[in-house]
Amino acid sequence: MSADRAVRLTLRYLVLTLLALIVLFPIYVTVVNSLLPGADITARPPKLFPSNPQWHAYADAWSDGHLGTYLKNSVIVTAFIMAGQLLFSILAGYAFAFLEFPFKRTLFVVFLATLMVPLEVTFVANLTTVTDLGLYDTYAGLAIPFLATGFGAFLMRQAFLQVPRDLHDAARLDGYGHLRFLSRVAVPLARPAVGALAVFSFLSAWSQYLWPLVVTKDDRLRTVQIGLKQLRNTNIDHVNVTFAGVVIAALPLVVLLLIFQKQLVRGLSAGAVKG
Amino acid sequence: MTRRRREAYLGYALLLPALVVFGAFVFYPLGRNIYLGFFRNPPFPNLPKRYVGFDQYGEVLGSSDFWNSLKTTVLFALYTVPTGIALGLGLAVLAHQKLKGIAIYRTIFSSTVATSVAVASVIFGTLFNPQVGLLPSIGISPNPPILDNPTWALPAVALVTVWQSLGLTFILMSSGLQAIPDELLEAAAVDGATPWRRFRQVTLPLLTPTLFFAGVVGTIFAFQSFGQIDLLTQGGPLHKTNVLTYFIYSELRLHSNPGTAAVLATALFVITLALTLIQLRFLERRVHYVR
Repeated sequence: MSADRAVRLTLRYLVLTLLALIVLFPIYVTVVNSLLPGADITARPPKLFPSNPQWHAYADAWSDGHLGTYLKNSVIVTAFIMAGQLLFSILAGYAFAFLEFPFKRTLFVVFLATLMVPLEVTFVANLTTVTDLGLYDTYAGLAIPFLATGFGAFLMRQAFLQVPRDLHDAARLDGYGHLRFLSRVAVPLARPAVGALAVFSFLSAWSQYLWPLVVTKDDRLRTVQIGLKQLRNTNIDHVNVTFAGVVIAALPLVVLLLIFQKQLVRGLSAGAVKG
Repeated sequence: MTRRRREAYLGYALLLPALVVFGAFVFYPLGRNIYLGFFRNPPFPNLPKRYVGFDQYGEVLGSSDFWNSLKTTVLFALYTVPTGIALGLGLAVLAHQKLKGIAIYRTIFSSTVATSVAVASVIFGTLFNPQVGLLPSIGISPNPPILDNPTWALPAVALVTVWQSLGLTFILMSSGLQAIPDELLEAAAVDGATPWRRFRQVTLPLLTPTLFFAGVVGTIFAFQSFGQIDLLTQGGPLHKTNVLTYFIYSELRLHSNPGTAAVLATALFVITLALTLIQLRFLERRVHYVR
């Protein structure tokens, strides 16, 4: 390798590393501050390394800050939403891909149109509906508006369209009904899309903020995102506890995304690259 | 029953669960919002609300509060969308080279996907905090403090938003870059095009569908941003961060005024819809699709 190339290579790594440090810096500071003893957080110049890490902030956030409860609530609500979105998207996607019926195109447009109506628009009226249904301050109320998704149905339809028609016809001749073909052949073949949708739906359900904020007032039903707000408001003097809470709240997503990176990328780019 | 008929019934049955949810929580509330806007809420609770026709629409949509809020929302989108796309694209281009260990950098650049708006807001909110924050302790401490400062509050909230969505934009841009055939870039290199020229004349045009998608989705997201405002500024200081979503929320929750909130929500819907359609029409013409 020539000296010139070596310099250029080093330069590339330097730029990449510098940018990586900038992107990671807020996360790094969060972890460090969660481990610093209270007095050190306001130290000037700021301490950027915990020489004497204090782990108790995590215990405080978990029990006194109720993060354990909030996490449990988030898991329950997210599981409900994921189950609904996956099931209903697979069913609708199958109908759009394999069945013929009047008004199919119109109904498909109706599904896509839902993508243009965000919760930020509908929450005013939805709050009345959920209250009238007696679901205010319940897990069901937190999950019910999100049980179906136009994006999911679209994604599953695209995936099912890739399943060879011949396979469908052969299975029909073998006496497979539609539902058996769906569960035994179509869904297994569309596994990558199902995975992408699962990760996508987890991510959006887990991160919700506005709806859980307005549809619950009982602290025991708060999800972890709203729990962070409570934690911050009650721990003005113990910033390390707030930071520990942030780490605890983010951890499930970090773990999930490290495992399912591929599915996530597929899910997120499904709409973009294919145009 | 004929086979075709049975197939049609099955089709409707499979669509039904989703259609019920959409009907109840997507389409019905649109109509219900319009209807709620016709009624004025009493100044004191427990009094009946009064039908006022379009009066409330005229009042709310003509008010300076509404126009200021709209201006703030547009500014917020202008601060966040182009910056986010430029940064995401820059990182994606840098990470799109064959280097040892590049996978680690890719993971780091996409890492903010693992944060939520609430997580990012609490992190930055604490960093900005004048008593305990890191920024004030290294000398960045305007008076009034960043989040109470009419000049800096909105850019600060925008910064949090750009950082939080950077991972997502990076992933989008990277998969766009990966879809560009290497041969095209190699051919351009053989023809003697400089890296910058290759980027301008090959990469960028082929990336337009991705940029277009990111622009549309980013703008719509910007118009729906709420969590960062609620956690960082609550619409203040001096309404400088009172974006439409927060305005709706505060009318509904803090001022118990569902009539006004419904009018504003209807306006937000019309704006979002118009934005999507305008962007689709105008941008689509300049987009190169790879066939």
